[in-house]
Amino acid sequence: MTDHSLPDNPARRDFLYLTTGAVAAVGAGVTGWSFIDTMNPAADTLALATTEVNISSMQAGQSVVVTWQGKPVFIRRRTPDEIKAAQDVPVSELRDPQTDAQRVQAGKEEWLVVVGICTHLGCVPLGAKPNEPKGEYGGWFCPCHGSVYDTAGRIRKGPAPTNLTVPPYAFSSDTVIKIG
Amino acid sequence: MQHKLLLSLSLAALLIAAPAFASPDTAPVQATVDGSAASTTAPADAPKDAAATEDNAMTKTDGDAQEMSAPEGHEAAAADDGGHHGPAIPQEEWSWEGPFGVFDRPQLQRGFQVYKQVCAACHGLSRVYFRNLSALGYNEAEIKSIAAETQVTDGPNDDGDMFERPGRPSDHFRSPFANDQAARAANGGALPPDLSLIVRARGDGTNYLHAILVGYEAAPEGFALNQNMHYNKYFPGHQIAMPQPLMEGSVTYEDGTTASIDQMSRDVTAFLTWASEPNMEKRKQVGLKVMLFMLVFAGLMYATKRKVWKDVH
Amino acid sequence: MAHGPREPFDNKIVEWVDSRLPIFTMIQKEYGVFPTPKNFNYFWNFGALAMVMLVTMIASGVILAMHYTPNAAMAFNSVERITRDVNYGWLLRYLHMNGASMFFIAVYIHIFRGMYYGSYKQPRELLWIFGIIIFLLMMATAFMGYTLPWSQMSGWGATVITSLFSAIPVVGKALVTWLWGGFSVDNPTLNRFFALHYLLPFIICAVVFLHVWALHVVGSNNPTGIDPKGPQDTLPFNPYYTIKDMFGLSIFLIVYAFLIFYAPTLLTHQDHFVPFNPMVTPAHIVPEWYFLPFYAILRSITFDFTLYLIVAGVAGGILIYNFCWRKTPCEKTKPFIPALLAVTVLFGIPAMLLAFFKDVEALKGVIAMIPLANIHLIEAKLGGVLAMFGSILLLAVLPWLDRHPVRSGRYRPWYRWTLIGFVVSAVILGYIGSQPAEQPFITIGQLATLYYFGWLLVIVPWLSHNEPVAKLPNSIHEAVLADSVKGGKK
Repeated sequence: MTDHSLPDNPARRDFLYLTTGAVAAVGAGVTGWSFIDTMNPAADTLALATTEVNISSMQAGQSVVVTWQGKPVFIRRRTPDEIKAAQDVPVSELRDPQTDAQRVQAGKEEWLVVVGICTHLGCVPLGAKPNEPKGEYGGWFCPCHGSVYDTAGRIRKGPAPTNLTVPPYAFSSDTVIKIG
Repeated sequence: MQHKLLLSLSLAALLIAAPAFASPDTAPVQATVDGSAASTTAPADAPKDAAATEDNAMTKTDGDAQEMSAPEGHEAAAADDGGHHGPAIPQEEWSWEGPFGVFDRPQLQRGFQVYKQVCAACHGLSRVYFRNLSALGYNEAEIKSIAAETQVTDGPNDDGDMFERPGRPSDHFRSPFANDQAARAANGGALPPDLSLIVRARGDGTNYLHAILVGYEAAPEGFALNQNMHYNKYFPGHQIAMPQPLMEGSVTYEDGTTASIDQMSRDVTAFLTWASEPNMEKRKQVGLKVMLFMLVFAGLMYATKRKVWKDVH
Repeated sequence: MAHGPREPFDNKIVEWVDSRLPIFTMIQKEYGVFPTPKNFNYFWNFGALAMVMLVTMIASGVILAMHYTPNAAMAFNSVERITRDVNYGWLLRYLHMNGASMFFIAVYIHIFRGMYYGSYKQPRELLWIFGIIIFLLMMATAFMGYTLPWSQMSGWGATVITSLFSAIPVVGKALVTWLWGGFSVDNPTLNRFFALHYLLPFIICAVVFLHVWALHVVGSNNPTGIDPKGPQDTLPFNPYYTIKDMFGLSIFLIVYAFLIFYAPTLLTHQDHFVPFNPMVTPAHIVPEWYFLPFYAILRSITFDFTLYLIVAGVAGGILIYNFCWRKTPCEKTKPFIPALLAVTVLFGIPAMLLAFFKDVEALKGVIAMIPLANIHLIEAKLGGVLAMFGSILLLAVLPWLDRHPVRSGRYRPWYRWTLIGFVVSAVILGYIGSQPAEQPFITIGQLATLYYFGWLLVIVPWLSHNEPVAKLPNSIHEAVLADSVKGGKK
């Protein structure tokens, strides 16, 4: 709202207005950002962003569920049969085409690590514990809407659109997996 | 002492409207332990009421100081140092004072070593996490190995049992005692307070802490020291439940610094000052930017205001 | 609200909205071109500054509430987590805790300005009362916010202040239990205080809206206290006062930023960093600085209101009414004045002896001879509570205590100097509030309390009829011109 009744050098006043306004906007912006940033994950939350799992005691065919960033992660030490079944599936048959090699780390084909959240609507599939149904492809079965995953965690049947997510992970040593 | 200067400036500004906030620097009243102060400091002809009030106040302080071996330990007593009853605390110079002051990393590491090897036997530090130690200049691997020295109770596992595992960077420091009662039982009834906030929880905390740590000496002649208590010239009431924690050479510094009592006290004081407010350096850094920005902004505002008001009057 | 003819706007969208809801017309009228006296000094910044602080407190408070846990076992740690782990959480916490102080600073100066320039006077009485209501709500909000960190000061401050209500006869005890939701300050208390601490600021916003609405009906006062007589006396609010408020704000924020970044715990007590322990009371319970004067008034009532004090008070009160509140004594009372005087003195002497000199050794014998000394109608504890609340509520009736025809203290030297005395007494009370309840602080506090109430109840009503009425300038414009001539001579 400029007051035209003021006889003055309009250029100088506009420049001053603009500068002052811009500086005020920067100040408001930075303050606003610090407020918004408080809602991002805090240091204690970030400290739990990675999970280390000791896998030395796991037998072939065994699964464990660990918590990573508040979500279940399935780690399965696959049997040679399971690996073979996963590798033998023609990729063209799959809804979300991925080879088994794309889902495990080279030289560590035994170990499958996937986020245990069905890609359909976010339920936790069954199959990690010995007494749970693994579905007809020997992987996981989601009880909510009947999605079936194979031994590489790929979607084979049911409504889920994509394979179970493989989280970022690395072998810190032969017996320790660091997820995240 | 830039900090002091700025402080008094702000005080002057605030005085316009707020002259009356709690002033911690009243003339210190020397409280002697046996409560005789009440009778001696009250003039004989003073109103009885005043004497009675004073008496109560004194009894309270003394009670706190003496009951160290009974209910609340030195936490309660030391909390009462609002400057009113405690002895004058010497003012030291610290690297982190003033608007540009920062911590000295090697000193923080030495202080951490003192905490770990001396204080941690009785005092927790439960609001500090191992991951925070990166601020002391430790790298990730060092922090992991420091954390792993601690055993942490986790669980329950699939069998429903709690189990012990090595600490991780995301764990906080563990208290040496399971609970306050256990801590009291092990310390003759006194509760060693958690040290995470000790500097903030005491008036003039940094200087106070250092003074206490170096303030042990033999009780003067005729001083009635209670059982299990120790004489400290800077502790309110002079009777403290904590035995002298630092002796010459209590620790052997990795960086070769001579571990005198004064040196160790300064180092651990630095470490605990950091622990009370790990964000202090960040606060000052952001503060500098904000202050500069605000000065520019106020200048611009002044120019704009002058311009707009030029033709009025 | 805005009726009558409406100027169309050029911008199509603005015009579309405005023709359906004339919100832009209202902003233009109430904020843009609002005629404002042209002679405001910088004291007039503080209303806007208080408003900025209210918004700052709500904004930072809402975000803090996202991280805070209102549970007795977790509250202290959640506040520490905010300070240590949450991104910029330390900034938010220091903003909020020092923001309360800055808010009170702004409001105290705002109240002082209102008193100095007579802004409470006709026709702004309701505006003034809304202001006092805002002040009371702020005090309640600040007090409950103080308990949330669940530190030693929080828990014990809450215990002491809620226990004030136990002084109320008959229902006091039950009321306190009800406030606590238990038998001591504990988790239920914390929970409800958190809920109320979150709610009250929005009620403050509503009362602020009424406050501003009332202001816009009667218009602003100004340093001369003379009503604007025409366009030569006023300026449009925008840009003149927008920019002046912004400049004042930028200076205010420098002080605020200094506190936040270089002295964040200057105004708080160290016991705020010790977790609440219901078994151990800290040796000194001190409220935040902005409550200290009222805390001192509370503690100044160390005596019961005996029969003598009440009788002397009533008789003295009638005399004060006749000689200070009225121009001339009431005809009906006149014959009784000697009797009233006698009663006041006769009952006043034992009343004073019982209240203030009970502990003087030399007077012990005399005091022991006073009959019925133990009969009292109001206990010291209740008296203190009444005095404390009375000290604030009396401010609300200031427009009726002060009936002097001149508004501004600028033209009322007697009022001005006694008002400064009032501020000094409040400052002294603030200092006394921070000190332990010992001599000589008790007596100094009692004298300051006496002046505080004496100014409100005796001096101001008396000045209404007895302070000479100065010759005022004809208009604001004339006053401003006279000032600039004076300034030019220098």
